[in-house]
Amino acid sequence: MSETTVIEQQASGRKEGEIRYLTPLNIETSSAKKYCRFKRSGIKYVDYKDPDFLLKFVNEQGKILPRRLTGTSLKYQRKVALAVKRARHLALMPYVTDLLK
Amino acid sequence: MNHYETVFILNPVLSDVQIKETVEKFENFLVSRGAEIVSKEDWGLKKLAYPIQNKKSGFYHLFEFQLEGEHLAAFETEFRRDERVMRFITVKLDKHALAWAVKRRTKLTAKAN
Repeated sequence: MSETTVIEQQASGRKEGEIRYLTPLNIETSSAKKYCRFKRSGIKYVDYKDPDFLLKFVNEQGKILPRRLTGTSLKYQRKVALAVKRARHLALMPYVTDLLK
Repeated sequence: MNHYETVFILNPVLSDVQIKETVEKFENFLVSRGAEIVSKEDWGLKKLAYPIQNKKSGFYHLFEFQLEGEHLAAFETEFRRDERVMRFITVKLDKHALAWAVKRRTKLTAKAN
Protein backbone atom coordinates (compact mmCIF):
# COMPACT_ATOMS: atom_id res chain seq x y z
CA MET A 1 0.00 0.00 0.00
CA SER A 2 2.80 2.42 0.92
CA GLU A 3 4.60 1.72 -2.38
CA THR A 4 1.73 2.95 -4.43
CA THR A 5 1.62 6.24 -2.53
CA VAL A 6 5.30 6.89 -3.32
CA ILE A 7 4.66 6.20 -6.98
CA GLU A 8 1.68 8.50 -6.91
CA GLN A 9 3.77 11.25 -5.36
CA GLN A 10 6.51 10.91 -7.98
CA ALA A 11 4.00 10.99 -10.77
CA SER A 12 2.56 14.24 -9.52
CA GLY A 13 6.09 15.72 -9.33
CA ARG A 14 6.04 16.19 -5.59
CA LYS A 15 8.17 14.73 -2.86
CA GLU A 16 7.61 14.50 0.82
CA GLY A 17 9.11 17.36 2.77
CA GLU A 18 9.79 19.49 -0.31
CA ILE A 19 9.35 23.21 0.29
CA ARG A 20 7.41 25.05 -2.40
CA TYR A 21 7.30 28.80 -2.77
CA LEU A 22 4.48 30.85 -4.16
CA THR A 23 6.85 33.64 -5.30
CA PRO A 24 10.25 32.92 -6.89
CA LEU A 25 13.24 33.43 -4.61
CA ASN A 26 15.37 36.51 -5.18
CA ILE A 27 18.86 35.03 -5.37
CA GLU A 28 21.81 37.34 -6.10
CA THR A 29 23.72 35.60 -8.91
CA SER A 30 26.40 38.20 -9.67
CA SER A 31 27.72 40.79 -7.26
CA ALA A 32 29.46 43.92 -8.62
CA LYS A 33 29.11 44.56 -12.34
CA LYS A 34 32.35 44.05 -14.27
CA TYR A 35 33.88 47.06 -15.97
CA CYS A 36 36.79 47.86 -18.26
CA ARG A 37 39.51 49.30 -16.06
CA PHE A 38 41.15 51.05 -19.02
CA LYS A 39 38.02 52.91 -19.99
CA ARG A 40 37.23 53.83 -16.42
CA SER A 41 40.68 55.13 -15.50
CA GLY A 42 41.48 56.54 -18.93
CA ILE A 43 44.56 54.45 -19.71
CA LYS A 44 45.28 54.65 -23.43
CA TYR A 45 48.39 52.50 -23.74
CA VAL A 46 49.18 49.11 -22.23
CA ASP A 47 52.89 49.00 -21.44
CA TYR A 48 54.71 45.71 -22.00
CA LYS A 49 57.61 46.94 -19.83
CA ASP A 50 55.50 46.77 -16.67
CA PRO A 51 55.06 43.07 -15.80
CA ASP A 52 53.59 43.82 -12.36
CA PHE A 53 50.60 45.51 -13.98
CA LEU A 54 50.18 42.79 -16.62
CA LEU A 55 50.08 40.20 -13.84
CA LYS A 56 46.45 41.24 -13.24
CA PHE A 57 45.47 39.83 -16.63
CA VAL A 58 47.00 36.36 -16.37
CA ASN A 59 46.17 33.38 -14.20
CA GLU A 60 48.51 31.43 -11.94
CA GLN A 61 49.98 29.51 -14.85
CA GLY A 62 50.70 32.74 -16.73
CA LYS A 63 47.86 32.28 -19.22
CA ILE A 64 46.02 35.35 -20.46
CA LEU A 65 42.59 35.58 -18.83
CA PRO A 66 39.53 35.91 -21.07
CA ARG A 67 37.74 39.23 -20.98
CA ARG A 68 34.60 37.51 -19.79
CA LEU A 69 36.45 37.18 -16.47
CA THR A 70 38.38 40.46 -16.35
CA GLY A 71 35.69 42.66 -17.90
CA THR A 72 38.15 44.38 -20.23
CA SER A 73 36.64 45.80 -23.41
CA LEU A 74 37.60 44.19 -26.72
CA LYS A 75 39.72 47.14 -27.80
CA TYR A 76 41.92 46.94 -24.72
CA GLN A 77 41.89 43.14 -24.47
CA ARG A 78 43.74 43.06 -27.80
CA LYS A 79 46.30 45.51 -26.43
CA VAL A 80 46.67 43.55 -23.20
CA ALA A 81 47.25 40.33 -25.15
CA LEU A 82 49.91 42.01 -27.30
CA ALA A 83 51.62 43.52 -24.26
CA VAL A 84 51.69 40.18 -22.42
CA LYS A 85 53.19 38.48 -25.47
CA ARG A 86 55.89 41.15 -25.78
CA ALA A 87 56.69 40.87 -22.09
CA ARG A 88 57.03 37.11 -22.47
CA HIS A 89 59.46 37.53 -25.35
CA LEU A 90 61.65 39.77 -23.19
CA ALA A 91 61.54 37.27 -20.30
CA LEU A 92 59.74 39.81 -18.12
CA MET A 93 56.93 37.28 -17.79
CA PRO A 94 57.01 33.49 -18.06
CA TYR A 95 55.45 31.58 -20.97
CA VAL A 96 54.53 28.66 -18.72
CA THR A 97 54.79 28.35 -14.97
CA ASP A 98 53.11 27.26 -11.78
CA LEU A 99 52.18 29.32 -8.77
CA LEU A 100 52.82 32.71 -10.30
CA LYS A 101 50.79 34.46 -7.62
CA MET B 1 60.99 60.08 -39.00
CA ASN B 2 59.17 57.61 -36.77
CA HIS B 3 59.43 57.07 -33.08
CA TYR B 4 60.77 53.69 -32.02
CA GLU B 5 61.75 52.01 -28.82
CA THR B 6 64.13 49.09 -28.45
CA VAL B 7 64.68 46.92 -25.40
CA PHE B 8 67.55 44.46 -25.53
CA ILE B 9 69.08 41.96 -23.12
CA LEU B 10 72.84 41.56 -22.95
CA ASN B 11 74.69 38.47 -21.81
CA PRO B 12 75.25 38.50 -18.02
CA VAL B 13 78.82 37.15 -18.29
CA LEU B 14 80.05 40.41 -19.86
CA SER B 15 82.14 42.86 -17.86
CA ASP B 16 81.05 46.45 -17.23
CA VAL B 17 83.47 47.72 -19.87
CA GLN B 18 82.17 45.30 -22.49
CA ILE B 19 78.58 46.30 -21.76
CA LYS B 20 79.37 49.98 -22.08
CA GLU B 21 81.17 49.22 -25.33
CA THR B 22 78.21 47.28 -26.75
CA VAL B 23 75.66 49.91 -25.81
CA GLU B 24 77.88 52.60 -27.32
CA LYS B 25 78.24 50.56 -30.50
CA PHE B 26 74.47 50.48 -31.06
CA GLU B 27 74.16 54.11 -30.12
CA ASN B 28 76.83 55.08 -32.63
CA PHE B 29 75.13 52.98 -35.28
CA LEU B 30 71.88 54.85 -34.71
CA VAL B 31 73.58 58.23 -34.83
CA SER B 32 75.44 57.29 -38.01
CA ARG B 33 72.06 56.56 -39.66
CA GLY B 34 70.79 59.99 -38.74
CA ALA B 35 68.76 58.95 -35.72
CA GLU B 36 67.86 61.24 -32.88
CA ILE B 37 68.14 59.47 -29.54
CA VAL B 38 65.37 60.63 -27.23
CA SER B 39 66.33 58.69 -24.13
CA LYS B 40 68.43 55.82 -22.87
CA GLU B 41 67.68 53.65 -19.88
CA ASP B 42 69.78 51.10 -18.05
CA TRP B 43 67.68 48.67 -16.03
CA GLY B 44 70.76 46.82 -14.81
CA LEU B 45 71.07 43.11 -14.13
CA LYS B 46 67.61 41.55 -13.95
CA LYS B 47 66.46 38.04 -13.32
CA LEU B 48 64.84 36.41 -16.36
CA ALA B 49 61.40 34.81 -16.07
CA TYR B 50 62.77 31.74 -17.86
CA PRO B 51 66.30 30.72 -18.89
CA ILE B 52 67.63 32.00 -22.23
CA GLN B 53 70.80 30.31 -23.56
CA ASN B 54 71.07 28.62 -20.14
CA LYS B 55 71.41 32.02 -18.44
CA LYS B 56 69.10 33.06 -15.64
CA SER B 57 69.75 36.82 -15.73
CA GLY B 58 70.67 39.56 -18.17
CA PHE B 59 71.47 43.26 -18.53
CA TYR B 60 68.43 45.16 -19.79
CA HIS B 61 68.83 48.34 -21.81
CA LEU B 62 66.28 50.57 -23.47
CA PHE B 63 66.66 53.08 -26.31
CA GLU B 64 64.01 55.49 -27.46
CA PHE B 65 64.80 57.19 -30.74
CA GLN B 66 63.56 58.75 -33.94
CA LEU B 67 64.69 57.07 -37.12
CA GLU B 68 63.73 56.85 -40.78
CA GLY B 69 61.92 53.55 -41.24
CA GLU B 70 64.22 52.38 -44.05
CA HIS B 71 67.20 52.14 -41.65
CA LEU B 72 65.37 50.00 -39.11
CA ALA B 73 66.02 46.65 -40.82
CA ALA B 74 69.77 47.36 -40.82
CA PHE B 75 69.60 48.28 -37.14
CA GLU B 76 67.88 45.00 -36.29
CA THR B 77 70.36 42.89 -38.29
CA GLU B 78 73.05 44.52 -36.21
CA PHE B 79 71.39 43.03 -33.12
CA ARG B 80 71.05 39.60 -34.71
CA ARG B 81 74.73 39.55 -35.66
CA ASP B 82 75.95 40.46 -32.19
CA GLU B 83 76.50 37.44 -29.97
CA ARG B 84 76.41 39.54 -26.83
CA VAL B 85 72.70 40.29 -27.36
CA MET B 86 70.41 37.54 -26.07
CA ARG B 87 67.04 39.13 -26.92
CA PHE B 88 65.75 42.35 -28.41
CA ILE B 89 62.45 43.89 -29.39
CA THR B 90 61.77 47.04 -31.40
CA VAL B 91 58.38 48.68 -31.13
CA LYS B 92 57.01 51.60 -33.10
CA LEU B 93 55.43 54.15 -30.78
CA ASP B 94 52.04 55.61 -31.66
CA LYS B 95 50.69 58.81 -30.11
CA HIS B 96 49.34 57.07 -27.00
CA ALA B 97 52.60 55.20 -26.50
CA LEU B 98 54.53 58.45 -26.87
CA ALA B 99 52.40 60.17 -24.26
CA TRP B 100 52.94 57.21 -21.96
CA ALA B 101 56.71 57.24 -22.57
CA VAL B 102 56.94 60.93 -21.65
CA LYS B 103 54.89 60.35 -18.50
CA ARG B 104 57.00 57.36 -17.55
CA ARG B 105 60.22 59.32 -18.01
CA THR B 106 59.10 62.23 -15.84
CA LYS B 107 58.06 59.73 -13.17
CA LEU B 108 61.44 58.01 -13.30
CA THR B 109 63.41 61.25 -13.11
CA ALA B 110 61.25 62.41 -10.21
CA LYS B 111 62.04 59.16 -8.41
CA ALA B 112 65.77 59.53 -9.08
CA ASN B 113 65.92 63.05 -7.63
